[in-house]
Amino acid sequence: MRLEPRSHVPLWLNFAAPLSAIALAFLLCALLIAWAGAPVLAAYGALLNGAFGSVFALSETLTRAAPLIFTGLAAAVAFRAKLWNIGGEGQLYAGALAATYVGTGLVELPPFLMIPFLFLVGALAGGLLLLLPVILKLKLRVDEVVTTLLLNFVVLLFANYLLFGPWKDPLAMGWPQAAPIIDEGVLSPLIARTRLHSGLIWAVFFAVCAWAFIRYSKWGFEIRAVGNNPTAAGFAGIPLGATVLRTALLSGGLAGMAGVCELAGLKGYLTLDLSPGFGYTGIAVAMLAGLHPLGVIASAIFIAAIYNGADAMSRAMSISNYLADVMTATALLLVLASVLFVRYQPRLR
Amino acid sequence: MPEAQQPAAVEAAVQPVLRLSGVTKRFGALTANNAISLDLQGGEILALLGENGAGKTTLMSILFGHYVADDGEIAAFGAPLPAGSPKAAIAAGIGMVHQHFTLGENLSVLDNIVLGTEPLWALGQNSGNAKQKVNELAGRFGLDIDPQRLIRDLSVGERQRVEILKALYRGARILILDEPTAVLTPQEVESFFATLKAMVADGLSIIFISHKLNEVMAIADRVAVLRQGSLVADFPIAEASRESLAEAMVGRAVELPERETQSAGDTVLNLQDVSLRDSAGKTLLDNVSLTLKAGEVLGIAGVSGNGQGPLADLLSGLAAPDAGALQVLGDRVTKVSPAAMLNRGIGRVPEDRHATGVIGDFSVEENLVLEVYGDSRFCRFGFLKGAALRRNAETLIEDFDIRGADPQTTTRSLSGGNMQKVILARVLTEKPRVILANQPTRGLDVGAAATVQRLLFAACAEGAGVILISEDLEELLQMSDRVAVLYQGRLSDSMAVEEADLRTLGLMMAGHGPGEVGDAP
Repeated sequence: MRLEPRSHVPLWLNFAAPLSAIALAFLLCALLIAWAGAPVLAAYGALLNGAFGSVFALSETLTRAAPLIFTGLAAAVAFRAKLWNIGGEGQLYAGALAATYVGTGLVELPPFLMIPFLFLVGALAGGLLLLLPVILKLKLRVDEVVTTLLLNFVVLLFANYLLFGPWKDPLAMGWPQAAPIIDEGVLSPLIARTRLHSGLIWAVFFAVCAWAFIRYSKWGFEIRAVGNNPTAAGFAGIPLGATVLRTALLSGGLAGMAGVCELAGLKGYLTLDLSPGFGYTGIAVAMLAGLHPLGVIASAIFIAAIYNGADAMSRAMSISNYLADVMTATALLLVLASVLFVRYQPRLR
Repeated sequence: MPEAQQPAAVEAAVQPVLRLSGVTKRFGALTANNAISLDLQGGEILALLGENGAGKTTLMSILFGHYVADDGEIAAFGAPLPAGSPKAAIAAGIGMVHQHFTLGENLSVLDNIVLGTEPLWALGQNSGNAKQKVNELAGRFGLDIDPQRLIRDLSVGERQRVEILKALYRGARILILDEPTAVLTPQEVESFFATLKAMVADGLSIIFISHKLNEVMAIADRVAVLRQGSLVADFPIAEASRESLAEAMVGRAVELPERETQSAGDTVLNLQDVSLRDSAGKTLLDNVSLTLKAGEVLGIAGVSGNGQGPLADLLSGLAAPDAGALQVLGDRVTKVSPAAMLNRGIGRVPEDRHATGVIGDFSVEENLVLEVYGDSRFCRFGFLKGAALRRNAETLIEDFDIRGADPQTTTRSLSGGNMQKVILARVLTEKPRVILANQPTRGLDVGAAATVQRLLFAACAEGAGVILISEDLEELLQMSDRVAVLYQGRLSDSMAVEEADLRTLGLMMAGHGPGEVGDAP
C-alpha cells in the first residue's frame, strides 16, 4: 500500500476518520471489559446511560466538559504554533487565584460586567504566567516543555500557601479554602437542581472565537504559518518572536479562563481540588480534536462522557473505572493514526 | 585470456545483455509504464531520459525487482529474470545505485560493501580477500577510496563511489544509475564520467537515468526517452540533438528562452566590501562588492559551499553584514530583516522551495500572500479578506499557469515546477526592483525550467535587476549578462558573459584568479 498526499481533503472525511477511530477504540476496549469479566454490551450500556442517560447524567457530563473545552483550546492554540504548553494546569490555577483576588470583594460590579471582568482577569493571569517560560524559550532557548510543566507545581504550591495562610477563609471551619466569590460574579445555573452552569456557554463562545481567530485573522494566519514551517514563515517576514508571544498570551489566557469557569461556576470559592487535572486532560482533548477549536467542543464532551460514564459503569458492573483512562488513551492513539488517512490517500499498488 | 574474451564481446554486441519486452505497470488509474520494449547492448551506456514522473524510476524498480510488472517480460543475458526479486536481479548481474544512498553511516567502506554477501557465521573472516578485491576494483575503474574510512566521514561524491563499488563487488555486469550526477559538483562529474568510460571499456553495460540534456549528450552511446510512461524515442546519440531530445521529453517544441540584451539602467543594488561571519567567528563572506543595474542579470557561479548561502541570506534579510555597506536603490540598509528587504523591493526566490519557499500545509491562496498578507489589499481590521485572497490566487494561477492548482489546493501536493511557479508568482507580482534567484531551476524538468527562466527575463525587461545564483554553469552562461565567481567567500570581479567560458569559470571556481587563467595550460 502506498500513501499519496491529498490535494483536497473532503469534508466528510474530517468527521468519518476520527469517528471510525473511536468506534474501533470501543471495539478494542470491549476485549478489556470482557477480560474483566463483565458483559460487554451491558457494560457499554451502563457507560452510555451514565454519560447521557438522564438529564442529571447529561448535565454532569456537560459540567465536566466546560473546563475541558477551555484547557483543550489552550493546548490547541499553542500546539498550532508548535509551542508546547504543558502548563495548562498551572495557568488554570493562576486564573482562579487572580479571580479570587479581585472577585471576593475587592471589585464590585453588576453581574453583566462582573463575569466578563473575572474572565478577563483570569485570562491575564494565565497568559502572563505562560509568558515567563516563553520568554526564556525565545531568549535563552530553554525548553518550554520542562518549564511549563514544572511551573504547574510552583503555582499549585503557591495556592497551597495562600489557602493555608493569608487567604484562608475564617468562616470555613478550618478547611483550606478562600472566601467565596461575590454573588455578582457567580455563573448562573443552566438547569435547576443540577450543577450545570453558564460556564459551558462561555466555553462554547470562546471556542467559536478561537476558531474564527485562528482561521481568519491576520494573527491566526501568523500562528499557523509559524507552527507549520517556521523557516518559511521567517523567510516571508512573519515576526516569529511576536507571534509566539501572542500565542502564549492566548493559550495561557484560555487556560486561565478554565480556572475562572470552575471557580465561579461550581463551588464559588477556591479550594485545592478545583481541578482534577483538567490542564493535563486538555492536551488529550486538543489532540483528539486534531487541534481544531470547534472539534475541541466535541472532544471535550466525549472525554467528559467517558469519565462520567465509566464511573457509572464501574459501579454497575463492579469493574475498575480506570478503564476510562484506557479508553481515552486508545481513542486518542487511534484518532492520531486516523489523521494519516485524512492527509494521505491510501492506494493499493 | 584476452583472446578468449574477444568472441564473447562480439556475441554480446549481437545479443542484448538486457531485453525488456512489453513491460507495463499501472498504479490505479495511472499507467506508469506502458508496454515498454527496450534492449541494452553489451558495453554501451544507455541514457534513459524523461521529465519527472515520466516513469523512469518505476521502470528501473521493476527491473531490479522492487515492483512487479502487470505485464511484460525481462531477460538478462538471454535468461528470463524472475519478477519481484532483487536477489535474482543481483544474481543475474544487475546492480543498482539509487538516487538516495543506502549506506550505514557508522560502518566502514569495506563493511558496507561486503555487508550481505558473506554468511552470518563467518562475518569478517574473509576481509583480507574482500579488501584486496575492493582495492582491485577501485584501481581498475578509478574509484579511489580508502576501504577503512567510515561512511559518515565521506563526501557525497565518495559515497557514490562506495555504492558503485558495492554493485561491482556483487558481480554486476549491468549497472543502473538513478540520477547519479544530481549530487555531484562539476568537477566530480568529470571524474565520474571517466569512471563510466572505464567500466564500459571493461565490458560492463550501463543504464544512466537523467533529465539533464548536456550530460546525456556528453556520456551516452544511445538514448531512450520516456514520456508519460511510454517509450517515445530510442536512437543513437549521434542522431540526437539537445532540441530533439527536449522535444521528445516534453512532447512539444521547447523554445529555450532567449532574451534581447538591453541597456542596463540605474544601479538598483550595491554591496561595498561586505563581510559576514558566523556565530563562531568564521568568515563566510569576505569583502564582497557588487553592483547590479536595472534590467540586467548578474550570475554568481561557484562550487556549492563557497558563500552562496550566506550571500543569499544577506540579500534575503536573514543575516546582517558585519562590515561594509548594503545599498538598495541608493539607500543604505541599516536595519536588516526579511520584512525590511521586502519593503525595499527585493524579491527573493529561495534555494529550497519546500523548506523555505512555501508552507506545505497552507493552501495555494495562502502561500501566494505569505509576504503581503498584512497589506490593506488583503487584510482589514486584523482579519484577512477571504474573497481578496481567492481573487488574487485565481489571477496568479491563470497568469503564471500554475497547473493542477486551485486557490484551495494544499501546496504540498503540487509538483516542484508548479510550487516554484507559486513562489515566482508571489515574488514577481509585487514588481520587485531586485530579484534574488537562488538555484531557481534546480530539480525542475526542461519545460518548467524554461518557464522559470522566461518569467525572470520578463521581470528583467520590466526593469528589475536579477542576481542569479546557480551551480549549473550552462544555465548561468545562458541567462546572465555578467558573471562573477564566489570562491571561499570572496567574489571575483564580474565579467561580461561574452568573455566568460566554461573553462575559465571552472578554473576560477577552483580558486585560480582571472589573471592566472590566461596562463594556465
